[in-house]
Amino acid sequence: MSGESTYTPGNGFSRWLDDRLPVMRLVNDSFVDYPTPRNLNYWWTFGGILTFCLAVQIVTGIVLAMHYIPTTELAFASVEHIMRDVNYGWLLRYVHANGASMFFIAVYIHMFRGLYYGSYKAPREVLWILGVLIYLLMMATAFFGYVLPWGQMSFWGATVITNLFGAIPFVGEALRTWLWGGFAVGDPTLNRFFSLHYLFPFLIAGVVILHVWALHVSGQGNPAGIEVKDPKKDTVPFTPYATIKDAFGLVIFAILFAYFVFYNPNGLGEPDNYIEANPLSTPAHIVPEWYLLPFYAILRAVPDKLGGVVLMFGAIAILFVLPWLDTSKVRSARFRPLYKQFFWIFAAACIGLGYCGGQQPDKILIHVGDGGFDVTDLSRILTVYYFAHFLILFPVLGLIEKPKPLPESIAASVLPGTRQEKATS
Amino acid sequence: MAETHADEPTRRDFLYVATGSLAAVGAAAAIWPLIDQMNPDASVLALASAEFDIGAIPVGQEITVKWRGKPIFIRHRSEEEIAEAESVDVSSLPDPQPDDARVIAGPGGELEKQWLVVVGICTHLGCVPLSYRGEYDGYFCPCHGSVYDTSGRIRKGPAPLNLEVPPYEFVSDTRIKIG
Repeated sequence: MSGESTYTPGNGFSRWLDDRLPVMRLVNDSFVDYPTPRNLNYWWTFGGILTFCLAVQIVTGIVLAMHYIPTTELAFASVEHIMRDVNYGWLLRYVHANGASMFFIAVYIHMFRGLYYGSYKAPREVLWILGVLIYLLMMATAFFGYVLPWGQMSFWGATVITNLFGAIPFVGEALRTWLWGGFAVGDPTLNRFFSLHYLFPFLIAGVVILHVWALHVSGQGNPAGIEVKDPKKDTVPFTPYATIKDAFGLVIFAILFAYFVFYNPNGLGEPDNYIEANPLSTPAHIVPEWYLLPFYAILRAVPDKLGGVVLMFGAIAILFVLPWLDTSKVRSARFRPLYKQFFWIFAAACIGLGYCGGQQPDKILIHVGDGGFDVTDLSRILTVYYFAHFLILFPVLGLIEKPKPLPESIAASVLPGTRQEKATS
Repeated sequence: MAETHADEPTRRDFLYVATGSLAAVGAAAAIWPLIDQMNPDASVLALASAEFDIGAIPVGQEITVKWRGKPIFIRHRSEEEIAEAESVDVSSLPDPQPDDARVIAGPGGELEKQWLVVVGICTHLGCVPLSYRGEYDGYFCPCHGSVYDTSGRIRKGPAPLNLEVPPYEFVSDTRIKIG
């Protein structure tokens, strides 16, 4: 898809540089002349939005680290110091904290886009796997970051998550002590989480480079789910077409971001995290941040401790093998009438799991006599659906479904003239 | 070189394998300090044992002390609480353990049944249970609903094990040393 390089150095300096380090050529071929399918819709702007999110988190994070103190004595106070004393500290912290949520909103849209349009299918399996890896790193980074303010949710969230590793047979206990650097979550734990929280975004940046590289080898997918046949008809240059479209999408996204930062900065957080960590008292209701709730619901749905941990990690691990579970040759859900419906059921199941993760497990939803149908029952049904969607529906749908006819080419799918021509011929 | 047979290991092959193996051992030895530095350090281990005065706890009450960064419940059990703990059919418990096995002998050599000392951490996912709550008058964990009895044994809910009894001993009638 990259094709021949079309870069021609304009002046003496760029010719000289191009012979020694063709970095301008790389930028030109990747982000200027790079051919993009002409039928991309706005769901394709989230790659750019995610790059923006990562940059915002790294820049604000580096600045916050100049004021934050990673000790159990001072962490909570230093965050309040950032909020009250540091110039623009409130803004930087609110951007960083809400930036994490924005990052996850964008990544979930990006991932569901991939599921809907079959972006994970050959030849883009490695591209998809790298994306899942980025998602895993993001969750780890967000978890480490959430512990740093050393509020009640920070402390108890860290306790519950690190205790998950204690469920592993034989080595669990030793592994947990090793993670803690002590006999409970404490000073050593906070300090190492801070170190790792600083490291992981750079690992993400590294995998993002591989992700973009893999993208540029196979070329972008597109809503029609068919490959580029004639680059002259089917593609347009990245600049200005994709750059401007991405920029417009980014501006809309930034408005949402700004709403949370300026008008509802704590709307996505937990009030309990403004109480300093107390190892002797657990808050009545522990919940993780919203973006981890579906997995928390799966964890709690299983009555067995190890089983819950295995299913929770399995829910993410299953994404790695998705390219080989889906047996359909057709990529885009546009041409898959059955899959299209199950896609939306799956999306609803994920939102439902998110709801369950945020509620008390024994909350009754439908009263029947003394007991009834509670949150745990609902999470069990949804957990079963989540796994069935991958393990049963993906393989079976591809075999029994009769897909609609695919358009002849990308150009034909978007240009009305060509479509009519085809219809009459 | 030309006359060596592919199927017959040569001195050179041996040297390659030996060098590679040594390099692997060296790399592993270099990585170990990087891993082990995360284990509890000397200052953490130095706090591993502590003494507590229990003489002032009235019957039917409990105190929470901090040991190794964890809460420890020291409960002065009443006769009814002891009787309740002893009357259970041990084999019906998720983690079968008689009450006698959860208390220790004092300086006189007799079981100090009135003293229950347990780590106040739910064996499910590490929350701190609430004392004197739940249907067995022991402990109730607010996180995921595990219920423990007056001996700190798991009776209901997702926790797999009884509350841990830390290693401790009676220094005198009114002092215990934990750890």
